[in-house]
Amino acid sequence: MNLNYLIAILASGVVAGTPILYASLGEVITERAGILNLGVEGMMLVGAVSAFYVGTFSQNKWLGLLVAIVAGGLMALIHAVITIAFRANQVASGLALTIFGTGLSAYLGRTLVGIPPTSTFKTVPLPGLSQIPIIGKILFNQDLMVYLSVILVIVLWFVFYKTKAGLLLRAAGENPSAVDALGHNIFLVRYAAVIGGGMFAGAGGAYLSLAYSPSWVENMSAGRGWIAVALVIFAVWDPARALLGAWLFGVIASLGLHLQALGVMIPSYFLQMLPYIFTFIVLVITTRETKTRRSGTPAALGIPYSREER
Amino acid sequence: MKLSKKISISTLVFVMILTLLLSGCSQSSKPAATSDQGSSQSAGQKIKVAFVYVGPVGDFGYTYAQDQGRKYLESHMKNVETTYVENIPETADCERTFTDLAQKGYNIIFGTSYGYMDYMKDVSKKFPNVVFEHCSGYKTTANLGTYFNRDYQARYLTGMVAGKYTKSNILGFLAPFGTPEVIRNIDAFTLGAQSVNPKVQVKVVWTNSWNDPATEKTAANSLIDAGADVLAMHVDSPSFAQTAQDRGVLAIGHDSDMSKFAPNSILVGDVSNWGPYFVQVVKEVMNKTWKPTQYFGGIKDGGVIDITPFSSKVDKDFQAIVNAKRQDIIDGKFVPFTGPVYDQNGNLKIKDGDKATDEMLLSINWFVKGVVGSIPKS
Repeated sequence: MNLNYLIAILASGVVAGTPILYASLGEVITERAGILNLGVEGMMLVGAVSAFYVGTFSQNKWLGLLVAIVAGGLMALIHAVITIAFRANQVASGLALTIFGTGLSAYLGRTLVGIPPTSTFKTVPLPGLSQIPIIGKILFNQDLMVYLSVILVIVLWFVFYKTKAGLLLRAAGENPSAVDALGHNIFLVRYAAVIGGGMFAGAGGAYLSLAYSPSWVENMSAGRGWIAVALVIFAVWDPARALLGAWLFGVIASLGLHLQALGVMIPSYFLQMLPYIFTFIVLVITTRETKTRRSGTPAALGIPYSREER
Repeated sequence: MKLSKKISISTLVFVMILTLLLSGCSQSSKPAATSDQGSSQSAGQKIKVAFVYVGPVGDFGYTYAQDQGRKYLESHMKNVETTYVENIPETADCERTFTDLAQKGYNIIFGTSYGYMDYMKDVSKKFPNVVFEHCSGYKTTANLGTYFNRDYQARYLTGMVAGKYTKSNILGFLAPFGTPEVIRNIDAFTLGAQSVNPKVQVKVVWTNSWNDPATEKTAANSLIDAGADVLAMHVDSPSFAQTAQDRGVLAIGHDSDMSKFAPNSILVGDVSNWGPYFVQVVKEVMNKTWKPTQYFGGIKDGGVIDITPFSSKVDKDFQAIVNAKRQDIIDGKFVPFTGPVYDQNGNLKIKDGDKATDEMLLSINWFVKGVVGSIPKS
């Protein structure tokens, strides 16, 4: 395995990690406000199908991405109303959202199967940066949505830790009654976080159908939404660690396939399992870590907020 | 209380991932094909035909191709009413589905997945007046027949094209699972490629899914990175061909005509067209001449399997060579698996001059010499 092959593995890994990164960032936002949304897979699928539909017929990938973001937000709104207004069980509502999104996307996508895309996100080498040895080929020879995802990580990190809005968001997940008592609208914060999270999931779906493998087939997210949910725990609800986790996951997935192509005689089932084994290990480690350091999990995660029960 | 909630959330995530893993494995069996004889069957004026699919009709692959056949049947026959049920697992669920459709008065029921075999056998005995047709199985009853196509004939021909147009002498093949169907296709493809280019190697990468376009893209990239300059696959989506086009290498299509996804890369492809067979079955049932056979249709049987038109990149002289081979297959002068055929370890599997039997082709579990990769043990 020479250096170029290694670079190829890492570059494919970044691409493989990007849809998961978008979805993870969305779930980080949502959970930071104290709401667990297990509907990521469903929101991604609806995002993917609407992005492909609009992008292909308008021949404008940006319009497709925009509609996917809106569609993801609308899906999340359903979850927000059920869990925030009606204080229903967040796990049940999220699971229902995934089932709903899977079915809805299949229905909407009926006429899209077998249609080639007309406008897709293609590789755009960044002038100058892409010439940097090794790093340039891995990070700066990608499509625009990859660059956008990195910018969003930086923006989110800044918002989370350096702005008042970020403080409010985090407080909503740690101690909603305090936010309420200070006169802030806790419900508004939570609605915004859930809808914002859905928008990111929608963008993750759009990445699949307009950039990663531009086409629509049923169920094309193939479980990536669930991986994104798991990665949030690895990320300890931090955008920068979400990036690390998503890329690591992507690289491991890419490594498994690349080793096969080299004819390495490791059972392919084992190679395919690698990313999931990685997820398990990461879950175990981070669950222990968050317990001992008492950091991470938003204290009010999954608990419906009600003024009467304060 | 809060702690237990946290734990229950993590547990849930674990469970979700487990579910995901399981569901990833559950779609693994598709057709493999073959049988004996039985009796004929009555029919009403308006024939009601039902199809039971293992996957979604939107997979643009296997189930999609079967459903195109259903649509063909509807548009080519009067007095035929069709319906379909998709995503039916190969479990007791399918038995319920078959029973339900038979009770609702469907005259002919097609089951399209290998794993339905025993369930269809049982249900067919309970409804002797209903005709059952099972894709890729090998069990028949008085009213249960089987059907499948000789996919390897088209594979051999597309393999010839791949062997001709590779410069690196490395072909890449994306495969889902190690079923006989998949192995047979890879072997036939390799034999075809070797027939025009003895130096050729076929590298296989397993995606462990019939339908995961994103993983297929990464897999296609891995093959190109490893030196492959013509890609082929036995999964469902055209993702690999788009990747080939983006990276400037060539590709061979499968199942449907994929050239519109990658016009600069696709050289030729195989295509399954089940429609004419469905029409034939319905006509036989209407005329009360239907018998439970083991249909294993080849290129000579009019479209049930064939190759697509060539891209303009394939030069005319070579097109003529491939077409001549196709004609030999139709005329029975040539059979793709003709000895001597060696396996990966150099063992002689088919003796000089011998031809593979249908039984061998339907249960094949070894790669021919020249394939790089190992078959996952299931």
